[in-house]
Amino acid sequence: MEIIVASAIGVLTAGGVYLILRLRTFPVILGLAMLSYAVNVFLFASGRLAIDQSPILSKYADISYTDPLPQALVLTAIVISFGMTAVLVMIGLGAYLEAGDDHIDLDGSEPEAGKDGTA
Amino acid sequence: MSHEGYLLLFIAVLPFVGALVPGVMIRAGRTACASFAAVPTALAFILLLMLAPSVMRGEVIQAELEWLPQLGLSASFFLDGLGLLFAGMILGVGLLIILYARFYLSHEDPVGQFYTYLLLFQGAMLGIVLSDNILLLLIFWELTSLSSFLLIGYWKHLPEGRQGARMALAVTGAGGLAMIGGMLILGSIAGSYNLTDILEQGDAIRASDWYMPALILILLGAFTKSAQFPFHFWLPHAMAAPTPVSAYLHSATMVKAGVFLLARMWPVLSGTDAWFYIVATTGLVTMVLGALIALFKDDLKALLAFSTVSHLGLLTMLLGFGTQAAAVAAVFHIINHLTFKAALFMTAGIVDHETHTRDIKRLGGLRHLMPVTFVIGTVAALSMAGIPLFNGFLSKEMMLEEASHTYWAGSAYAVPVMATIGALLSVAYSLRFISHVFLGPQRDDYPHKPHDPPFGMWASPGLLIVLVLLIGVAPFVADGIVATAASAVTGAELHPHLKIWHGVTPALWMSVAAVAGGVVLLSAHAPLDRLWAAAPRPEAKAIFHRLVAAVVGFSRWFTEVTHNGAISRYLAIFTLASVLVGWMAYRGSGLPLPTRGLLPVPPVIAVGWILLIAATAYVVVVHHNRFQSLVLIGIIGLMISAGFVYLSAPDLALTQISVETVTIMLLLLALNFMPQMTPKESSMGRKLRDAIIAVAAGGSVGALAYAFMLRDVETISDYHLANSYEGGGGTNVVNVILVDFRGYDTYGEIIVLGIAGFVIYALMRALLDGPAARRLRTLEFGYNISKDRHPLMMVVVTRVLMPIAVVVGIYIFLRGHNQPGGGFVAGLVIAIALLMQYMASGFFWTQARKKIEYHTLIGIGVVIAGLTGAGAWLYARPFLTSSYTYVHWPPIEEFELATAMLFDLGVFLTVLGAVMLMLYSLSRIARYAGETVNVEPMDYDPGERAEEKVEA
Repeated sequence: MEIIVASAIGVLTAGGVYLILRLRTFPVILGLAMLSYAVNVFLFASGRLAIDQSPILSKYADISYTDPLPQALVLTAIVISFGMTAVLVMIGLGAYLEAGDDHIDLDGSEPEAGKDGTA
Repeated sequence: MSHEGYLLLFIAVLPFVGALVPGVMIRAGRTACASFAAVPTALAFILLLMLAPSVMRGEVIQAELEWLPQLGLSASFFLDGLGLLFAGMILGVGLLIILYARFYLSHEDPVGQFYTYLLLFQGAMLGIVLSDNILLLLIFWELTSLSSFLLIGYWKHLPEGRQGARMALAVTGAGGLAMIGGMLILGSIAGSYNLTDILEQGDAIRASDWYMPALILILLGAFTKSAQFPFHFWLPHAMAAPTPVSAYLHSATMVKAGVFLLARMWPVLSGTDAWFYIVATTGLVTMVLGALIALFKDDLKALLAFSTVSHLGLLTMLLGFGTQAAAVAAVFHIINHLTFKAALFMTAGIVDHETHTRDIKRLGGLRHLMPVTFVIGTVAALSMAGIPLFNGFLSKEMMLEEASHTYWAGSAYAVPVMATIGALLSVAYSLRFISHVFLGPQRDDYPHKPHDPPFGMWASPGLLIVLVLLIGVAPFVADGIVATAASAVTGAELHPHLKIWHGVTPALWMSVAAVAGGVVLLSAHAPLDRLWAAAPRPEAKAIFHRLVAAVVGFSRWFTEVTHNGAISRYLAIFTLASVLVGWMAYRGSGLPLPTRGLLPVPPVIAVGWILLIAATAYVVVVHHNRFQSLVLIGIIGLMISAGFVYLSAPDLALTQISVETVTIMLLLLALNFMPQMTPKESSMGRKLRDAIIAVAAGGSVGALAYAFMLRDVETISDYHLANSYEGGGGTNVVNVILVDFRGYDTYGEIIVLGIAGFVIYALMRALLDGPAARRLRTLEFGYNISKDRHPLMMVVVTRVLMPIAVVVGIYIFLRGHNQPGGGFVAGLVIAIALLMQYMASGFFWTQARKKIEYHTLIGIGVVIAGLTGAGAWLYARPFLTSSYTYVHWPPIEEFELATAMLFDLGVFLTVLGAVMLMLYSLSRIARYAGETVNVEPMDYDPGERAEEKVEA
C-alpha cells in the first residue's frame, strides 16, 4: 500500500511540475491543481497509513485509531487550495481577457513565447 | 539602577527626542530651529558635566534596560573616562556647531531638516560612545552612517553632494557590515555581548583561534569609518556637505568613531604582533599619504580633509603602538585635533561664505580684510603645524617621542623617519594654509568683497582657539581628563603630566627638522605643485565608480539570467533547487532503518491506482486539449477521494469529492472564455528539459513519502484522541480538532477563504470596467451554445434535488461533531445544490431569486465564528474554548449541544458564501459576453403555449 501511495504522490508531482513549466495559463493552473493533490496526499501520508481505523471514537470497543491531526490539516488545505485555484483562474482569465493572450511569461523573455495566442 | 544611571539614559535619549522638534518647525526660521536644537544639546551637556566628577574619580556609571534578552541585546549604557571625553566632545562641539550653522546656512536652506539630521547624528554618536552592549553599539554605528549620508547630501541640488553621500554610505556601510561579523565573533568568544564583560576577557580573546578574523573584521569597520588608507577616499568627497557638517562629523566626531573603537577595544585586541603591524602600519601610511596629498590640494576644505585623514592616521598609529604612553598621546591628540581642526574648518567656512570661493589659488592677502578670521585661522593652523605654545605641539612631541623608540620589523629608523616626514608635510600644508590665504598682497579679484563675519559666526572657532592657546600654554589643565580617558583606554591607572618642555630629546630634534623642512618645502611649493600635477596617480573616485559599476553589472547580469520575466524559468530553478536541498539533506544524514511493514493492496485499490496513474499521464500528454484534461483531472480527484475512504479518512474523502465538483465547475466556467486548445509551441529540447525536472521532483517527493511512511513518528495526536470526547464533546476527532483544538487555525482559514472570494469578486469588477469588457463583447461564443440551454429535464431534476441536497447538507452539518461531516463539507454540498440551479435555469433567473448576498454570508460566517470564540471570554476562558451539554427534548433522543457547533456554523456560512461568490463572479462575466438573459426557468416550457424571451 505504501508503494502505491508513494508512487501516486510521485507521479502526481511529476505531472504537476511538468504542467506548471508550460507556457500558457491553463496548463499551469491544471498543474497547480495536480500539485495540490500531491501535496495533500503527502501531508495526509505523514500521519502514516492505516486501514479501518477512522478517527471516529467508538463507545463500544477499545480499538486503535489513525493519526487525526494530518487529516484535520489536510481538510482545510483541500478547501484552501480550491480558493487558491479559483483566484489563479480569475487572474489567468483576467490576464487573457485584458491582453488577448494567455502566455504566462513576459514578452520576449523566452524565445518560444513570441507567437500570438490562438483562440 | 542608580540615580546617575537614569541621568545617563536621559543623556542618551535627549538628542533623539530633540531631533523631533526642528524638523516640524521648518517655517519658524533659523534662530528658532537653532535654539530648539541647542536646548537638548545643552541640557545633555549639563547633565554630563554633573556626572563628570564621579567619572573623574574613577567610577563607571551604568544603566541598563532589558530589550531583547534572547539575543543578548539590552539597551545598556555606561560612562567611563573614554566615554566622558567623547561625549563631552560630541555635545560641546555640537553646541558650537549649532551656533555656527545658524549663521552659516542661508535662509533659503531647509534649516529645520538640517538640525533634525544633526541631532539624529548627535544621538547616534553619543550612543556609540556610551553603549555597553556591542550589538547596541552596532545599531548606533549604522545610524551614524545613515545620518552622515543625510547630512552630506543635505544640499540635494548638488551632484557632488549626492555622489559624496552615496560613496560615504557605501564605504562606511560596508565596513559596518564587516564589523557586525567581527563583533558577533567577539561576543561568542567572550560569551557575552556586554562590553564590560568583553573587556575583562582580553587574554581569552587574544588566545582564541577566532582572534584574527574578529580583529580583521573589526578593523575593517574602524578603518572605513576613520578614513584610513586605502579607504580614505570617501572623506574628501564628503566635503560636499555644508561646512558645519564637515567640521562636526568629518573632523571632530564621526570619523573619530573608528579611533574610538580602536581605543575601546584596545585592552582586548591590542598587544599582539598582528595588531601592531596592521594598525600601526596602516596609521603610518595614512598619516604620510594624507599629509602629502593635503599639501597639493587647492580647495581649502579638501586640504583640511586630507589633513584630517593624516591626523586620523596619526591617532591610529599611536593606538597601534600598543604602549600606555602612546595611548596617552593618542587621547591627548584627540582633544587637540578636535580644537584646532574644528576651528580650521569653521575658518574655511567663513572664508568661503565671505569670498564665495574656497580655491586657495584665488585667495591670499585676506589678513587686513578679515583680521578676526586671520587670527583664528593662524592660531589654529600653527597648532596643526605643531609650533610650540600651541596645543598641537604637545601631542605631536609625544607622538614623535613614541615613534623614536618604535622598532618596525627590526628597523629602528623606519617609524621615526616616516613620522618625521609626516610631521614635516604637516608643517608645510599648515603654513600654506596661513600664507596662501591670509598673507601675501591684497587682491582685487575676489568673487565677493570679503569682510569679517558677524560675531555669532566667529564665536565658535574663537572659543576653540582660546582652548588651543590655553592647553598650549598651560597643558596641566588637561591632565585630569587625559588621565581619566587614558586610564579607561588602557585599563590601568595612569597619571600623565603634560608639560611643554621635556628637555633635549630625540623628539625635539625631529620636531626642529620637521619645522625647518616644512618651511623649505613650502618655499618650493610652486615648482613642486607643477610636478605633482604632471605626475600620474590613481584617482580613487574613478576606481570606486568602476568597482561599483562592476558590482552593478554583475548583479544585473545575474538578475537577468535568473529573473528574466519568464515564470517557467523561476519555477524550474525553484524546483531544481528544492530537489538539490533535499538531496543534500539526505546525503548529510542518511536514513534510519524502517520500523513499519507494508500494508496489503486489495485489487480494487490497485485498479484505482492504475486509473489515477493513467489519468495523470494522459493529462500530461493531451493537456493541449483543455476540455479533455478537465475530465481527466476529475478522475484523479475521484480516485484520491476513494483512497481517502480506504485509508481511514472519511472526512477527507467527503471534502475532496465535493471540492472536486466545485473545482471542475469553476474550471469549466473559466474555460468557456479561454482558448479551447493550448497551442503546441514547446520545442523538443524544452519538453525534455521539463520532463527531466518533473521526473526529478516527482521521484524525490515519492521517495521521501515512501521513506517516512515506513518509519514511525512521535505524534501529539494521542492527546487529541484522548481528550476529544472528554474535553471537546465529540467523537469525530478530526472535526473536534478543527473546531476546538485547532479552532484558531480554522478561524484563520475561513477568513483566508473569504478573502479569496472577495479578491475574485474585486478582480471581476475591475476586469469588467477595463478593456476586457470590450474584448468580451466582440468574442464569439455562439458556436458551441446549445439551442436548449435550460432543458426541462435538468430544471426539474435540480428543483427536486434542491430540498434533498439541503437536507443532506444539514444532516452532514449536524452530525459533523460525532460522525464524518461538518461545516466545511456541508457548506460545499449546499453550494453545489445552489450551483445546479444556476446551471439549470441560468444566471439571471437564479440571481433574481436569491435573497441574501454572498458577501453578507461570508461576513456573517466569520462574525459568528469570531463571536463564538469570544464568548469564552465571558466565562474567563481563553479565546475559542468550547463548551457542551446534553439535552433531552421528548420525543427526540437525547442529543448534544456544543458551542463548537456554533463555530462550525460560522465555518459553514463562510465556505458557502466564498464558494458561491467565486463561481458567481465567474458566471457574471458571461453577461458581458453577450449571453442572452432568461427570465423563465427553462427554454421550452411545455406548460406554456407562448414563449417569451428577452434579449439582453
